Amino acid sequence: MNAGIVAYAAYLPRHRLTASDVAAARTGTPGGRGERRVAAFDEDALTMAVEAGRLVRRLGGTPASVVVSTTNPPYAGKNNASAAHAALALPDDVPAYDLGGSYRSVPGLLGTAAPGTLLLAADVTVGRPGGTDELDRGDAAAAVLLGPAEQAAVRVVERATVTEEFLDHWRAPGTPFANQWEERFAVERYLPLLDRVLARLTTASVDHVVISSPGPRTARTAAKRLAPYGPVRDLAGVGHAGAADPLVRLAATLDRAEPGQTILLLVLADGCDALVLRCTDRLPAARATPTVDRQLAAARPVRYLDYLAWRGLLDRAGPRRPDPAVASGPASARNSRWKFGLAASRCGSCDAVQAPPQRVCVRCGAVDGATPVPLSEAGASIRTFSVDRLAFSLNPPVVATVVDFDGGGRLEMELADPDPDRLRVGGRVRMVFRRRHASGGVHNYAWKASLEEETGD
Amino acid sequence: MTSRGLRDRVAIVGMGCTRFGERWESSAGDLLVDAATECLASAGVTGPDVDAYWLGTMDSGYAGLTLSTALKTDYRPVTRVENLCATGSEAFRNACYAVASGAYDVVMAVGVEKLKDSGFSGLVRRDPPDDGSAVESSAPAAFSYLVPAYAAAYGVDDATMREVLTHIAVKNHANGALNPRAQFRTPVSAETVNRAPLVAGALGVYDCSGVADGAAAALIVRAEDAHRYTDRPLYVKALAVASGRGDGALDDRVSFTSFPEVVRCAQDAYRQAGVTDPRNQISLAEVHDCFTPTELVLMEDLGFSERGQAWRDVLDGAFDRTGRLPVNVDGGLKAFGHPVGASGLRMLLECWLQMRGEAGRRQLDNPTLGLTHNLGGRPGKCVSFIGIVGSELS
Repeated sequence: MNAGIVAYAAYLPRHRLTASDVAAARTGTPGGRGERRVAAFDEDALTMAVEAGRLVRRLGGTPASVVVSTTNPPYAGKNNASAAHAALALPDDVPAYDLGGSYRSVPGLLGTAAPGTLLLAADVTVGRPGGTDELDRGDAAAAVLLGPAEQAAVRVVERATVTEEFLDHWRAPGTPFANQWEERFAVERYLPLLDRVLARLTTASVDHVVISSPGPRTARTAAKRLAPYGPVRDLAGVGHAGAADPLVRLAATLDRAEPGQTILLLVLADGCDALVLRCTDRLPAARATPTVDRQLAAARPVRYLDYLAWRGLLDRAGPRRPDPAVASGPASARNSRWKFGLAASRCGSCDAVQAPPQRVCVRCGAVDGATPVPLSEAGASIRTFSVDRLAFSLNPPVVATVVDFDGGGRLEMELADPDPDRLRVGGRVRMVFRRRHASGGVHNYAWKASLEEETGD
Repeated sequence: MTSRGLRDRVAIVGMGCTRFGERWESSAGDLLVDAATECLASAGVTGPDVDAYWLGTMDSGYAGLTLSTALKTDYRPVTRVENLCATGSEAFRNACYAVASGAYDVVMAVGVEKLKDSGFSGLVRRDPPDDGSAVESSAPAAFSYLVPAYAAAYGVDDATMREVLTHIAVKNHANGALNPRAQFRTPVSAETVNRAPLVAGALGVYDCSGVADGAAAALIVRAEDAHRYTDRPLYVKALAVASGRGDGALDDRVSFTSFPEVVRCAQDAYRQAGVTDPRNQISLAEVHDCFTPTELVLMEDLGFSERGQAWRDVLDGAFDRTGRLPVNVDGGLKAFGHPVGASGLRMLLECWLQMRGEAGRRQLDNPTLGLTHNLGGRPGKCVSFIGIVGSELS
């Protein structure tokens, strides 16, 4: 990599599934250890990639290009990165591409991407219900903005890699479940690869070792082998987050690292990649908030049956209502800045903000001449609300609100990750990018409002 | 704005209305035939006497053909109109204009809706394709927005709000119980209302109007011709419609404690009719109680209560059948049911029956001026209709 990291962020969906809750649901008796992160019913790899990208974008700077990597793309054939580009409201001359769809994509991209690349990695990963890996996998996203080495907060000191073909983990396209061979086989294959990579490095000691492997036994065995290099930083509570996993773990370690410290990042997936990184004085300014630890602390439980329904593994009875309409391609294209970028209009005559954008001002009647005003980073207050038990939702009830934006403008919005007990007139919300539903194979992405955490950052 | 109105220029001389309800046995065409036939008979005329028709339906058939093929009208003009839940009133309004213009002598306004063939709960509309960005909140949710907004604006606590909404539901069900055409004919207790399953926000099942099939019709002639058909015609005093700009949905200065469309519509209607003191001049009001908080807010928007005071007036029984201004004496949308295209005409039916002394056990003491209020859309973005009819020429 001839570039370094100038900004980074991880996004963890708010919900967590615990081994104890799964055991309680399956056997009637709670017990067991471990937990994973779970994307809400209205999150997918794209929405989480956007959320991670937003965290990095708040640190400033405009990327020269965007790449999105996931093993679980919402669309095949269609470039998912274009929707991320729209949601991040990037200029149209900033290219955006889907690149890579394996657990090994991120080390490849880190090694080859040009300065200015905004790398977004996100995944929703599903193990078979009742399988050993149901809780070993996790959902998360991460974003890194690459820049010239001299501006980097994290520089690459050296890199080594080996590639090898063997079948230890895989997923057939069109099926939800990840598969793995007996993991003792994987361990036996990976350890020699690890040794070969380590032999190619000149570095013998670092301040932090970060291991990303889809196999927990592989990761544990590798950790023992790597102990002489430095303390191995585990990340409990997330699970292996697919394509995003190396970056999520790196982000968690960077959150705690200090300028001058070094990190050995090892990715064990269909080969072995090692990156030795050094943090510079710019590290504190490259750190997005909230940190990984803070997001881990903000976890909220999800019931196992809800989790199964969210992943489409349980078909639940809903209200007697028609299925939602397919979002129209031409209408979505006309309104792309609004639908994906939440850009309202500001009247050129009286400055009234209107959402969605209006050609004729509702206050002064001026026709045209309005300018776009982005609301995605604006705060807002709830003007009124309703828990809607009749509306269609994959996760009823819908919580519908009318919100007034701080800089003006009003919009009816659905609440994401709602907590009905905290609903009140005047409650504070921020904007989040979600997938409202998929109808007829078409994903309907939409901005929702999310209640601010009462304890704030 | 110029709005001259039609005060005393046209009259209703016949009406018909089916029983509202889950009419599994009847098609939209059947309901049209029933309502139109009763309407013709009440005026002592036959089909060929009718020069033109206005058909109101939101979603139960396209074009005037829905009516002409059911009734086998003799190549008469039929105009199909739609204005969401105010559709029936819109058919009536435009039919009145046709007579007032002199283009026709005898016209019929008919409204129909067949909702219960869809298999869905609540109202279902065939909306045009869009970008999918708008929240798909249900109608009860949209109207339940009024509750927290009203409570916060006027400092009414949750328990009192519940009591107010329950009073409205109990009142309208009690009225509907006296109405042989109503969908729900069993009085409900406050306890039943309060314990009902929640639908949206504070609204339980008994805060929501009945989803019904039904049809209603009115025969309209010039005022000077009215006594050829009946001794007791109803004269049209005002017809007002205000179509909203979406202020409430867009403008953060607008509250969710009022329908600006209704306020503007009422100003126009009262001016047309020469009504200066609605609380005392109007004998009865049929208002759009699609959900209980709608009726609460309408009492203020229509000038029946001071701002922020309707909740007290409701609790005091001001709008009960025996109160100072009876509201929804026929049971309203709440208990009579809400077959969308028919509802506006159904409201007129109660004015017709009451002012002719034909309202049976619901009969009020000598009413002379009736108001119908019909609303299409939802808080923030709606169309409001107000009609005023009277038993005497002024």
